[in-house]
Amino acid sequence: MFPAPVLDVIMEEEILYSETFRIHGNDFEHGGEVAAAVKSVMKQLGIRSDVIRRLSIANFECEMNVIMYADEAEFEFSVLPSQVRVVCKDRGQGIPDIGLAMQEGWSTATQQMRERGFGAGLGLPNIKRNSDKFEIESTPSVGTTLRYSVNLE
Amino acid sequence: MRLSEIQKLLNCELISDALSSDPDIEQCFAADLMSDVLAYSTSEAILITGLSSIQSVHTADVADLRAIIFVHDKRPGPQVVELARNKKIPLLTTKLNLFDACGVLHGKGLKGA
Ligand SMILES: Nc1ncnc2c1ncn2[C@@H]1O[C@H](COP(=O)(O)OP(=O)(O)O)[C@@H](O)[C@H]1O
Ligand SMILES: [Mg+2]
Repeated sequence: MFPAPVLDVIMEEEILYSETFRIHGNDFEHGGEVAAAVKSVMKQLGIRSDVIRRLSIANFECEMNVIMYADEAEFEFSVLPSQVRVVCKDRGQGIPDIGLAMQEGWSTATQQMRERGFGAGLGLPNIKRNSDKFEIESTPSVGTTLRYSVNLE
Repeated sequence: MRLSEIQKLLNCELISDALSSDPDIEQCFAADLMSDVLAYSTSEAILITGLSSIQSVHTADVADLRAIIFVHDKRPGPQVVELARNKKIPLLTTKLNLFDACGVLHGKGLKGA
């Protein structure tokens, strides 16, 4: 067995396209623009429409979570030979119990967020469902990082 | 069923520009909760909703929905209309409530998405 870091280097694919977006907490007015921008790029690159739909749905829920629960985030979208991938790293309150947050229906959303059509506790499970790979890491009072990808084949 | 037929059945007013295309619609999804739409809808359907914020158009865009019908005579603001125009998603509004709008279309053979 190789030690993990060596294996990572060997497994890392070439990045064909990458773009980073910034998302601001509480910015409901622009909520959805990052998902829309990434969708346009994927269309231009000729990516299959079912792949675009799955990643775009995940991206929109991810973006809204930053707007609802975090201060700000860097959202990095990359295209690799075998997958489209997102790493969204936010600064914010973090998630104390990830197991709970991943449960369908569990939510700390406010009434105002529900009035915007979010906050049913479906976001994180739906990001996971639309991804082929999904990882979430969080440190309370520091922030949350989501990594997810959809395979191109 | 053509979108123009749905427009007539629900007595809809067209909010965005004239229908650039008149897509054939087989399925509808109705919800005020955009997370529901994102979790359970299928592509090519139309969305019937009482939510007229900008997120309704982003939802239709990422979920590949063909049009949005707002119930209760709701009218989105100019930025929402502008975004829908750019994304080529027709916006319509009906005076009917969500239940009645769905009932009319269901009665005419449209299916839930
Ligand atoms: N980026 C984030 N930062 C802090 N908390 C988050 C973040 N994303 C999700 N959460 C927490 O996890 C819960 C569940 O998230 P989610 O499944 O998207 O449902 P919802 O947003 O509808 O509540 C949220 O209510 C919130 O408490
Ligand atoms: Mg959410």
